[in-house]
Amino acid sequence: MDLPPMDLDFTPDEEAFRAGARAWLSTHVPSAPLPSLETEEGFAAHRAWEAELAADRWSVVNWPAAYGGRDSGIVRWLIFEEEYYAAGAPGRVGQNGVSLLAPTLFEHGTEEQRARVLPPMATGEVVWAQAWSEPEAGSDLASLRSRAVRTDGGWLLSGQKTWSSRAAFADRAFGLFRSDPDVPKPHQGLTYVMFDLRAPGVTVRPIPRLDGKPAFAELFLDEVFVPDQDVIGEPGQGWRVAMATAGNERGLTLRSPGRFLAAADRLFALWRAQGSPAGARDRVADALIGARAHQLFTYAAASRHLDGASLGPESSLNKVFWSEYDIALTETALDLLGDEGESMDTEWAERYVFALAGPIYAGTNEIQRDIIAERLLGLPKGRR
Amino acid sequence: MRFLLAPEQRAFADSLDAMLTAADTPSVVRAWGRGAPMSGRALWSRIAEAGVFALAVPEAYEGMGPRPVELAVAFVELGRHAVPGPLVETVAAATLLTELAARDDTGPAKRLLPALASGASTATLALPPTPVPYALDADVADVRLAVSPAPEVPADPADAPAPAHATGATGAPQSATAAELRLAPPPGPPRPSLDPARRLSPLASGGELLATGPHVTAAAARALTTARLVTAAQALGVGLALLDRTVAYVKQRTQFGVPIGSFQAVKHQLADAELALEFARPLVLGAAVTMTGRDVAAAKVTACEAAYATARTALQLHGAIGYTAEYDLSLWLTRARALRTAWGSPDTCRAAVLSATAARP
Repeated sequence: MDLPPMDLDFTPDEEAFRAGARAWLSTHVPSAPLPSLETEEGFAAHRAWEAELAADRWSVVNWPAAYGGRDSGIVRWLIFEEEYYAAGAPGRVGQNGVSLLAPTLFEHGTEEQRARVLPPMATGEVVWAQAWSEPEAGSDLASLRSRAVRTDGGWLLSGQKTWSSRAAFADRAFGLFRSDPDVPKPHQGLTYVMFDLRAPGVTVRPIPRLDGKPAFAELFLDEVFVPDQDVIGEPGQGWRVAMATAGNERGLTLRSPGRFLAAADRLFALWRAQGSPAGARDRVADALIGARAHQLFTYAAASRHLDGASLGPESSLNKVFWSEYDIALTETALDLLGDEGESMDTEWAERYVFALAGPIYAGTNEIQRDIIAERLLGLPKGRR
Repeated sequence: MRFLLAPEQRAFADSLDAMLTAADTPSVVRAWGRGAPMSGRALWSRIAEAGVFALAVPEAYEGMGPRPVELAVAFVELGRHAVPGPLVETVAAATLLTELAARDDTGPAKRLLPALASGASTATLALPPTPVPYALDADVADVRLAVSPAPEVPADPADAPAPAHATGATGAPQSATAAELRLAPPPGPPRPSLDPARRLSPLASGGELLATGPHVTAAAARALTTARLVTAAQALGVGLALLDRTVAYVKQRTQFGVPIGSFQAVKHQLADAELALEFARPLVLGAAVTMTGRDVAAAKVTACEAAYATARTALQLHGAIGYTAEYDLSLWLTRARALRTAWGSPDTCRAAVLSATAARP
């Protein structure tokens, strides 16, 4: 029995890439945290940071060079993310576009769309919001009613979208619209569209989240013109196109292990600075262990991906894990802060507020558990 | 970085799974618990023939190890089939003897290791008074090893580099009292375990002295790390079996005219079990790759808690039938509980993770 070893080591080239990322970050990461990206001032500061990253090709390392990336592949992307968050670098204001829209364009877009949309996304010049949910279409997304009506050279969008993350300050949005109301099943007759948030007919009404910051918005659309070139995939095939996005969102790219490894290390440092209180000991240990588990789970998924496997319903496992992990970690931090725990002036408070949304967005954790039970365990469908 | 089992490793797991499926392990487990170990010994021989124990023994002593990844793969299957006996303890004993030999004390290894590799001998190991006060299945094991005093648990030499053969460096904290490895005399009557298939014996003091000195402490710490790893793997297999059996049960059990597995309250409990087990799996395999005390302790607490949580869910979703000793599910339910505290309680393992994190550069 002479078996090839499993291996968690990185090649000299990968280690050189890591060293290069670390060196760049050590001289560029802002010494003081940027203002919250959910404020106008902070949004602008984060947009400028994206431009600084992009100037040296660090904003989208896993993209092709033609669009501003480094063709790094997934392993180097994971390395970059570990270094990025270990360095305490800012949150990514372009995350929705980079993690959700870009993979859709790579899979279903045209070359013209990629060449036009991706480079300004990479630099932060154009920041994207998502436009999925509607007042009457949340977990049951396919019941959405916003319309796309055919017109000369394009489509007219009408209806209402809501819970649109980043839309208060973003430039453009992407989402699904009902282009054919006369189909037998709700998943049919949907079209995937990109549109300008400043186009005539668009009204953006910011929604303050729990801490009052306008982290998302309602969108009111009244015959907003979208040219044919901004439809991704075939009209009527939007559900299939969007599910590629959903798979990416829940899968590897939305939350990298680096975020949680760095957060767990900071939690551990906080625990020690507070005198290693016994009451939080188990939760601090579990944060360290969970970060390692998420890293190794992701390494395994990346290895399967490199072996040619596509990410399946196991991405639902990942989404439930990191969203619940993030809340547990930030709750522990606030508890460790004691009397300071309710202050909004700590690095943990905004992180906690952000974490609270995790089990709700990107497909609620109840929907994810249904997917795990039905598609991974093979349990029969039933009433939701 | 390639964190994926090779096809040969998966085939090894599949062949063990097939062999153990055909072996009707529930009846073997029950016989073992009644003190009738014949069928268990026969199964032991077949497991040895498949190469499992040899994975813990170096080639110089007629093994093909140490191969922690393959050991972990094998122990997932042993757990999946609730195989009884001192499996972890035999592998831990083999590691202890191997590590002594790596520190230029080859006598005990030459004498005992070949028979452990071939399956001719079973072994048990205790590290009294803590962390392992009782020797599992000492009444049937051929070789009963005791190390006293045991290595200090938080100061984990497994995080230090492997010892160099030439220098015989120990990598262990110096203890005031030189540790002794002894072949323990036959034990008194075993204490019953919550798992009827586990028989716990305090080892009497005395017996033949096999080795003494700081290298015994270092070797025992390595044995503890290996024992934790394979216990974690075994627990993962126990949890996977509990999940499989419960999924099958809720698909066929109907109430209100439909399978209970179609109810969301049932589905979500099973989804949580799947989640816990599938995040324990990479920790177990990752720990087998790195063999650091930190990774192994993380794997131990996570796999054992996942298996135990799955046991609770399995019991709840089976209802009263799952609460009976007669129903085979009980064999896995009680095993999950026992493994949770064996070779390092959740508390001990979390402490090991924290102390290793504090010691990081």
